[in-house]
Amino acid sequence: MTVSLSWYMGLSAVLFGLGVLGLLIRRNVLVMYMCIELMLNAANIAFVAFAQKLNDLGGQAAVFFVLVVAAAEVVVGLGIVVAIFRRRADATADDIHLMKG
Amino acid sequence: MLSLVHPFLAVTTLPDAIVFAVAAVIIVAGAVGVIVERNPVHSALALVTTLFGTALIFLLLGDDFIAAVQIIVYAGAIVVLFLFVIMFLGVDKKEMIAHEPLKAQRPLALLLVLLAVVGILLLGAGAHYVLGASSSTGVANHQPGGEVAALGRAVFTTYLLPFEATAALLIIAIIGAVVLTKRHRDGTQESVPSSPYAGEDGTGEDDFDEDGFDGDEAGEAGYDEGGSEEGGSDDSDAREKADAMYGVDTDDVDATESSSERESIEERDSRDAIDVDSNEELIK
Repeated sequence: MTVSLSWYMGLSAVLFGLGVLGLLIRRNVLVMYMCIELMLNAANIAFVAFAQKLNDLGGQAAVFFVLVVAAAEVVVGLGIVVAIFRRRADATADDIHLMKG
Repeated sequence: MLSLVHPFLAVTTLPDAIVFAVAAVIIVAGAVGVIVERNPVHSALALVTTLFGTALIFLLLGDDFIAAVQIIVYAGAIVVLFLFVIMFLGVDKKEMIAHEPLKAQRPLALLLVLLAVVGILLLGAGAHYVLGASSSTGVANHQPGGEVAALGRAVFTTYLLPFEATAALLIIAIIGAVVLTKRHRDGTQESVPSSPYAGEDGTGEDDFDEDGFDGDEAGEAGYDEGGSEEGGSDDSDAREKADAMYGVDTDDVDATESSSERESIEERDSRDAIDVDSNEELIK
């Protein structure tokens, strides 16, 4: 049995696909954010796998920045969710289709 | 099974394969849990499972530092932030899927994602790909100080500009969050929203907001009063008054109110009308 780079790529692809699927299927905004986190994690797995296999630090530095971007995205996204909750009682994405005001 | 073995990529031990399999099962199960669970809290916990599985993969790849950062930052900060917001806003288990703007979206999404993932896996399994030259930024191993020192050196030299850009990004995110959650009309600084149903009490006096719901202090005061004083006749009174006022007020409603509320159910409309009504009284 060998754990080659292809395995990590396959796992990363599956995880990314699940994230996309959840983002497209779910309507709860918070769960949709979680699915974005899944996709970022899939990218992180690919980055770290390539970094280790190529013996290059670039992938690990990229993971670092992905973490920062994920944190910033969650902060702003949840701020938007809180702001929406002020005027609507639910966080269903279909209801947020007006950009007025 | 994917078994493309490049001679220089193979890590040939059985324990590695077992750890990989366990981590992959954990990751995929957690991801499926995030999607399937009705309750957002359960989704968040499933997300934690996936993050731990990812940390396990990082450990398997020999990247201890990133694994620790993954657990600390993701599971420790981001998921806690998710849970905080979920608890803060109230858990809504029902998802409005009866109203579907795009009918074919869900089946189509499932089909396309399946096709894409299977296609990627088949391509990866059958491909003969070449990895290019490595190490534009320095090798990870065999540096003084170990992996963490090497990573730190890379971040502060090669990736100095992206690093400073992330600093700017974080500041912008903080400012954005503050601006988004701040209330900035009529001087009442209520940064904390109430529970979404706080507007149900229907007493006009406590609603200082520009939108449909109470602020927290005002809302809780309204709850207390509603519990002690009014029985239910007050409520219907207010609603009648709202119905009477609604036709007059709709043109004066400012942009924060408007049509998203107008198309919703009548009860909510009347409640909003009460709030707007009280607002305008306050302004006058």
